[in-house]
Amino acid sequence: MKSADFDQLNHRGEGRFPPLLLNFRTISRKIASATFFFCALFVVATVLSIVVMLGVKAVPFLNRVGVWTFLTGTEWKPLRGHFGIAPMIAGTAYVTLGALILGGPLGLGVAVFLAELAPSRIKEILNPLIDLLAGIPSVVYGFYGITVIVPWIRRIFGGPGFSVLAASVVLGVMILPTIVNVAREAIAAVPDDYREGSLALGASRWQTIFGVVLPAARSGIIAAIILGLGRAFGETMAVVMVAGNMVAFPKSILEPTRTLTSNVVLEMGYATGDHQAALFATGFVLLLFILTLNLASHWLTKKGVS
Amino acid sequence: MSEEKIKIEVRNLNLFYGTFQALRDISLQIPEKRITAIIGPSGCGKSSFLRTLNRLHDLIPGAVVKGEVILDGRNIYTDSVDVVELRKRVGMVFQRPCAFPMSVYDNVAYGPRLHGVRRKRQLDEIVEKSLKMANLWEEVKDRLHERAQNLSGGQQQRLVIARVLAVNPEVILMDEPASALDPISTARLEELIIELKKNYTIVIVTHNLQQAARVSDYTAFLLNGELVEVGRTQEIFVNPKDKRTEDYITGRFG
Repeated sequence: MKSADFDQLNHRGEGRFPPLLLNFRTISRKIASATFFFCALFVVATVLSIVVMLGVKAVPFLNRVGVWTFLTGTEWKPLRGHFGIAPMIAGTAYVTLGALILGGPLGLGVAVFLAELAPSRIKEILNPLIDLLAGIPSVVYGFYGITVIVPWIRRIFGGPGFSVLAASVVLGVMILPTIVNVAREAIAAVPDDYREGSLALGASRWQTIFGVVLPAARSGIIAAIILGLGRAFGETMAVVMVAGNMVAFPKSILEPTRTLTSNVVLEMGYATGDHQAALFATGFVLLLFILTLNLASHWLTKKGVS
Repeated sequence: MSEEKIKIEVRNLNLFYGTFQALRDISLQIPEKRITAIIGPSGCGKSSFLRTLNRLHDLIPGAVVKGEVILDGRNIYTDSVDVVELRKRVGMVFQRPCAFPMSVYDNVAYGPRLHGVRRKRQLDEIVEKSLKMANLWEEVKDRLHERAQNLSGGQQQRLVIARVLAVNPEVILMDEPASALDPISTARLEELIIELKKNYTIVIVTHNLQQAARVSDYTAFLLNGELVEVGRTQEIFVNPKDKRTEDYITGRFG
């Protein structure tokens, strides 16, 4: 109904109610919709103000140092005026990629199992467990990394243990709930027509899953991976605790590394002046990247409903 | 139907979903290279019956089939029957046209590939032949490698039939294949079904009585999971023996 029709209805209604009552109704309705509108506005304003806050600190600094120098510079010596975050970009990329390699296939496997194969009794146990996994505070994952994963890597592969690998393993587990939940929804949303059509051609259950169901859920699965990627990319606490945090290009997955987020959290406490601005700029880079990822996954999820 | 060669014989078939009995003691014969229509009101079990013929109920937890479905002299409900082989021989077309999310070509090649056909030349041949038999070739020959989901509903339904034909079945089950189609697409589909009769045994479930009368040779009337009457379509429609059949056909219920 167009808003003009609404107004007409109101006018017609006026005769039937005492004016005072109608006014009360109209006013309360207006107050209610205004309240909800401001709630929504608050969210938008928060996002905008974060972008602006980071931008105000970061943009003048980036202009002075040069965006390219900042992104590709290999030396991070803030006290001497060298602001290059390339090693941290590499660290973030390695750790995120590692998390995806470990957590991606595992998460997809769990999603396929839950959506296609698991008897309902097992689902009832597994689904809450996965949600629980999402609810564990990241510092607890960090503890687990320090007490289990790091010593384990040290013992088996040597080296310090605090490494790209340790961070990848911890992050791989942390992104599981995201990947499992989004991918499971995407797979479950595939209409049964596809499954029956394939089975009726003599396909086995597995041939049906790989031949028809997963291709049909493709965009949702890609969205799941991208969301997992974003989660790994932005995670800070657990990574700080297990990655070793050395500013250097790691030569192997057993060497320590520092990610963009770690860099901010490790130095923010004492940074001043340009150093502080450089950290804001790091945050700005992170934000832009996450924004792009989210838009991509949003677009894919929408596209997936065909 | 004594003069006909029998392709499928159903004997004392019962189907249960948990405690609910969906089919009661059904016995009937489906003659080879003829079209048998299954009619009946919604929920009478006609789709359920169709699905017993290619064991599609195997997938539904709690579904239990008792009785025999004898295809070419062999009960398909014995343990030694290979379900994959069975479904290759007994193809199925569903209510909603459902092209797989891949190209037209890959849709038709899906079945043959499953069953081990790998050579491109052979696949090309099967795809072309199947699409021609489904009266779709002329419409799609220039866009075999486009997404099949861009085809119209009627085209998709013929694509599904081509996909079934590609695995070279003997029997084709159709579950209200025209219910999601417009009248023109429906007419084309019905023509196709009658053409296919030359080479295939067809069982079609339909809620459209005119459709059953137009295309089928034999008609079976199901009511509340029971087979009320089966016989030559003409006899069922012109001269039904059972009062309930008459009531249904003349539109007094259902």
